[in-house]
Amino acid sequence: MHTTLVVAAAGSGNMGKIGVMLLGVAVFAAVFMGILLIASLFKGQSGEKVQAAAFVGPTLLFIGIGLIYPAILTIRRAFYSGKFFDLNFGTARTRGKYVGFDNFQAVWTTPGLKQVLFNTAMWVILVPLIATAIGLLYAILIDRAKGEAVAKALIFLPMAISMVGATLIWKFVYYFIGDPGADQVGLINAFLDKIGVAPVDFLGNAPGNTFAMIAIMIWIQAGFAMTVLSAAIKAIPDEILEAANMDGVKGFQMFRYVTLPSIRSSVIVVLTTIAIATLKAFDIVQASSGGKLGDSVLANEFYNRSFVTQQPGLGAAIAIVIFLLVMPIIIFNVIQMRKDA
Amino acid sequence: MATVKFDNATRIYPGNDVPSVDKLNIDIEDGEFLVLVGPSGCGKSTSLRMLAGLEEVNGGKIWIGDRDVTNLSPKDRDVAMVFQNYALYPHMSVADNMGFALKIAGTDKAEIRKRVEEAAKILDLEQYLERKPKALSGGQRQRVAMGRAIVRSPQVFLMDEPLSNLDAKLRVQTRTQIASLQRRLGVTTVYVTHDQVEAMTMGDRVAVLKDGLLQQCDTPRRMYDHPNNVFVAGFIGSPAMNLLNVPVTEGGARFGSGLLPISREDLSRAGNEITVGVRPEDVDITSEGDGLPLTVEVVEELGADAYVYGTPASDKAKDPTAPVEKPFVVRTDGRRPPMKGETIYVKPKEGHLHVFNMETGERIGD
Repeated sequence: MHTTLVVAAAGSGNMGKIGVMLLGVAVFAAVFMGILLIASLFKGQSGEKVQAAAFVGPTLLFIGIGLIYPAILTIRRAFYSGKFFDLNFGTARTRGKYVGFDNFQAVWTTPGLKQVLFNTAMWVILVPLIATAIGLLYAILIDRAKGEAVAKALIFLPMAISMVGATLIWKFVYYFIGDPGADQVGLINAFLDKIGVAPVDFLGNAPGNTFAMIAIMIWIQAGFAMTVLSAAIKAIPDEILEAANMDGVKGFQMFRYVTLPSIRSSVIVVLTTIAIATLKAFDIVQASSGGKLGDSVLANEFYNRSFVTQQPGLGAAIAIVIFLLVMPIIIFNVIQMRKDA
Repeated sequence: MATVKFDNATRIYPGNDVPSVDKLNIDIEDGEFLVLVGPSGCGKSTSLRMLAGLEEVNGGKIWIGDRDVTNLSPKDRDVAMVFQNYALYPHMSVADNMGFALKIAGTDKAEIRKRVEEAAKILDLEQYLERKPKALSGGQRQRVAMGRAIVRSPQVFLMDEPLSNLDAKLRVQTRTQIASLQRRLGVTTVYVTHDQVEAMTMGDRVAVLKDGLLQQCDTPRRMYDHPNNVFVAGFIGSPAMNLLNVPVTEGGARFGSGLLPISREDLSRAGNEITVGVRPEDVDITSEGDGLPLTVEVVEELGADAYVYGTPASDKAKDPTAPVEKPFVVRTDGRRPPMKGETIYVKPKEGHLHVFNMETGERIGD
C-alpha cells in the first residue's frame, strides 16, 4: 500500500508522465547493464561469487525497499492509534499514540468484525476445497477426451478475467429487482421467474451474499486447479495405470489408490495457493457491496479501516492477522514440498 | 497354471493398414517358459499386451487354459505382468506394492501379509518391505516387480523386457535367477526381450517375430541349429551367422575357389543363386588356394577364442561391380589368430551349412 501511494504521488506531477516513465525504465536498464558488465569482468572462483551477488543483490535491495521495509512500518503502525498513516501528522488529538495491543484487541471486539472473521473463515474453507474438487473432477473427466483443449480453455478463461471484471459479470447474473411483478433481468432470477420460483436477492442479504461471492471466486479458481491437476494427472506414467489395471483396480478405486496419491503434492499446492489467494482477495467484496452488507472479509476490512474509516492502526492490525493466517499455510506447503523432493 | 494359446491373434492399431501382430499362432505348454524375441517394432510387446488384456485383439482368439480370454478385462484373466520400468506405485511401501492386487481383490489382511512375506523371502526382499520404491536400487525394484507378480500366484506370468533397465552384470545374474525361479514355481511364463542372448539362455522355447509375423518357434537348440529362414539365421547367434549369396553350379554352389557340396534335390529347389549361411565357429581356416579367400580386417581377441572379421577380397578384384559383402566372421583359436591384413582361406565344416532360397529367404533342405 505504501508503494501505491508513492506511485500515485509521482503520477500527480502531471507533466510528461510517459516521458518520466520511459526515463525511469532507461535508467533502470542502464544501471543493471552496468552492474552486470562490471560483474562479468571478474573471472574464476571469486568472479562467480561477484556475479551471483550482482544478480541477487538488486533483488534483495528491491525486496528490502518494497516488501520488508513497508512490512516493518505496518507492524509498527499496528501498535499506534491515530487517524493518519504518518504518526506525526494531524492535530494533537488525531496524532498517533502508542497503544500496545489495543488495535489487535479491537480486531476481536469491534462490532461487525466478528462477522468479518466468520465470513473470511467461510471463504478460506469453502473456496479451496470446492474449487480444487471441481478442478480435479473436471481434469479427470476431460483427460484424453475428445476436444480436451477446448474444454480446458473454457474453464481456464475466468482466470484471465480480473476479479473486478468477474464480479461485474456475476452481478448481472445475480441481478435482482425488488419490485414485485417487475421483469427480472438477472440471468438466474429471470430463470427462477420463468419456472415460477420467487426471485432471490443473492447479493443483498447476509449470509447468502457471502456464498454468492464465494461462488464467483470458485468460478475463477477452478480453472487454475484444473490446469495444474490435469498436468499432474498426465504426468502419471501409463505403465502405472496399466499395472493398476492388471491388479484389478477399476473406477473409483483407481482414483482413490492410484491417481490421487500420485498427484498428492500437486493437490496440496493447489489447495494452499487458492487458500492464500482467497485470504488476500478483496476485489470481489469491494466490487460487489464494498462489504457494507454483512459480507465483508478481512482483506476488504483492512482496506476499509485503513483508507475509508481512517483507522490505519486497526487496518495494520488486520493486515498482520491476515499475514499470520497465511503463514501456517505456507509453512505446511514448504514442509510438504520438502517431503516429496 | 495353464496353457496359453494364440489362435490367429491379430492386432491392427487404429489408423494403420498393416497389422502390428499378424495372425499369431503359438501354443504354450503348461509351465513352459516362452520367450518372444525380435527387433524393435516386431510386435513382440504388442503380442504380450494382447495376452495381458492391455491391447485389443482385432482378429483371432487368445486362450488361457480352456478359457477364451479374448474379450476379458485384464483383471479377469488371472495373469500378472512385470513391466519394463517396473511400474511400482511410488506412494506405497514395498509390502503394499506387492500386496496391492490382493487388497483390491478383498483378501484377508493376515493372508496378504503371509503371502507377501513368502514372496519377499524367495526374492531376498525381507528387510526392504517397509521401504518406498524410490529408496531401492534398480535391481531391488526389479525384484519387487517380480514379487508383485508372484504374490498373486497367477496362471501366467507376463514379463516385458524386465531386465533392460539393469546394468550388464546384474542383467546376467538376474536372468538366471528369473529362469530358475520360474522352473521352481512352475508357472507358465511369456517373456519379451529384444536380446537374443536372453532369449536363448532363458526360454524353453523361443519365438522369433519380425514385422508382426511369427518367423519360427522352437527350442533354443533347434533355433540355433536349424533356422527356418534367413532372418532367424541372422538374428539368433552372436556374432551373427555369415550369410553369403553364391552362384549355383553343377553339383553344388561356388564358394571362392571351392565348391560347396549341396544335394541335387536341394539345388533343384533354388534359382541361379542361393544364400548360404555358416556360423563363425563352423568355419575352418584351410591352406592357401582352398576355399574362400578373406582379407583380415579386424581380429577380436577374447582369450579362449578370437573372432576374425574379413572381407572376401578377390571378389572385388575380379568383379568390381560386385556388392561389398558384410564382413565374414571366423572363430579361431585364441592363441594363434591370423594377423591383420593377412589373406586367409576358409571353408565351412562338413554338415554345418545352412542353405536358403535367395528370393524367399526360406530354408532349403534339412
